[in-house]
Amino acid sequence: MTPEVFRVEQRREEFPGTFTLRIRGERAKNGSPAEFQPGQFNMLYAFGAGEIAISLSGSPRDRDGYVHTIRTHGFVSQALERLQAGDLLGVRGPFGCGWPLSAAKGKEVLIIAGGLGLAPLRPLIYNLLGDTQSVRNIRLFYGARRPDEMLYRDELAQWAGSMEIVQSVDHGDADWAGHIGVITGPLAGAELDPQNTVAFLCGPEVMMRFCIQTLTAKAVPESAIYLSMERNMKCATGHCGHCQWGPNFVCKDGPVFNFAGVQSWFNIRAL
Amino acid sequence: MKNLAQLLREHPFFHGMDEEHLEFIARCGQNCIFNRGEYIARENAPADQFYVIRDGKVAVESYVPNHGSLCLQTLHSGDIFGWSWLFPPYLWTFDGRALDEVHAVRLDGKCLRDKCDEDPKLGYALMKRFARIVTDRLHTTRVQLMDVYNQQRPPLDSGQ
Repeated sequence: MTPEVFRVEQRREEFPGTFTLRIRGERAKNGSPAEFQPGQFNMLYAFGAGEIAISLSGSPRDRDGYVHTIRTHGFVSQALERLQAGDLLGVRGPFGCGWPLSAAKGKEVLIIAGGLGLAPLRPLIYNLLGDTQSVRNIRLFYGARRPDEMLYRDELAQWAGSMEIVQSVDHGDADWAGHIGVITGPLAGAELDPQNTVAFLCGPEVMMRFCIQTLTAKAVPESAIYLSMERNMKCATGHCGHCQWGPNFVCKDGPVFNFAGVQSWFNIRAL
Repeated sequence: MKNLAQLLREHPFFHGMDEEHLEFIARCGQNCIFNRGEYIARENAPADQFYVIRDGKVAVESYVPNHGSLCLQTLHSGDIFGWSWLFPPYLWTFDGRALDEVHAVRLDGKCLRDKCDEDPKLGYALMKRFARIVTDRLHTTRVQLMDVYNQQRPPLDSGQ
């Protein structure tokens, strides 16, 4: 429960207001930080400001440190944004239940990301691309606001050689070659074998809701849909109750949930 | 080589349509190809056709003075471009521009309008399909307007 001190090794601006930190443990100079599963998160502590939950977005096979992509939104993320290479921060974690890799075995995998939602899915993509034999195929549907607000653009270009990538933006520009519209459009038009498909979703909740509607309309079973939820996480161990969502604590029972198990809570507006 | 009726039969828009109606619609159509950058439709020009996109990408655009063309949506293989032929004053409401080589079937809307008036069953079958497209596009537009990826969200209300 006590944060470990990490040092910022590298800071990269993805686009204004969104940045990626690569951090390395101070005590673990001769060892490695705790292993994580794709989809898990850390609590990042900006000294003097506070602590927030941020998904792990690096490769689980990278044992030298952690990578986090952060959107500047509140007081703590603004403090994290000011960190530069060499600065210190506190880290607790990894916490939570990640993406169930076993569910992807032998399946057609749909990875559906919206905006910053690609960050928690990136470790999953790394794992799947590292073991493509275990799945039938991988397709990424990625929606964002504008082309210059897409994450990991260099990697997207690299991944395109190993999997089908459909990118869509709400507002394009003259150089944009992908879809303009919403991601549910290309998703609805995709040919898939619903009984042999598994979908992993992360993005704004409203976007996930529409994508789930599209998937179920294409006869993808609810039990084959996994989504990563975001709630106000404080303790990260299921004790404080801040992130309670129906009978679940998002920090402990999630953030990744099987849609069949949370469907009834997903549609309750006040939760 | 496939004839037009076969091409239309394979297109999702015409799935489940009566064979007799499909044959008639095919007689109102012709294959066409647009090169990259070529305009398929211009705003306010007479809209007496619509297009069944078989391959390629079409930008639905509007010209904004002092800015240039603004792309509102892209359409792809499996989509339909154009419903202005259905409603007076039968003028295109947006530009349509080929973003790459587009293969399409051009259907004569004027011919179909007359036939739909004579044969309400065909009219209803076509109108149901177009209504679905219109509602899908409206849904897309609403989601775009919601700006779900916006970084700065307004304060939440109770959701009641």
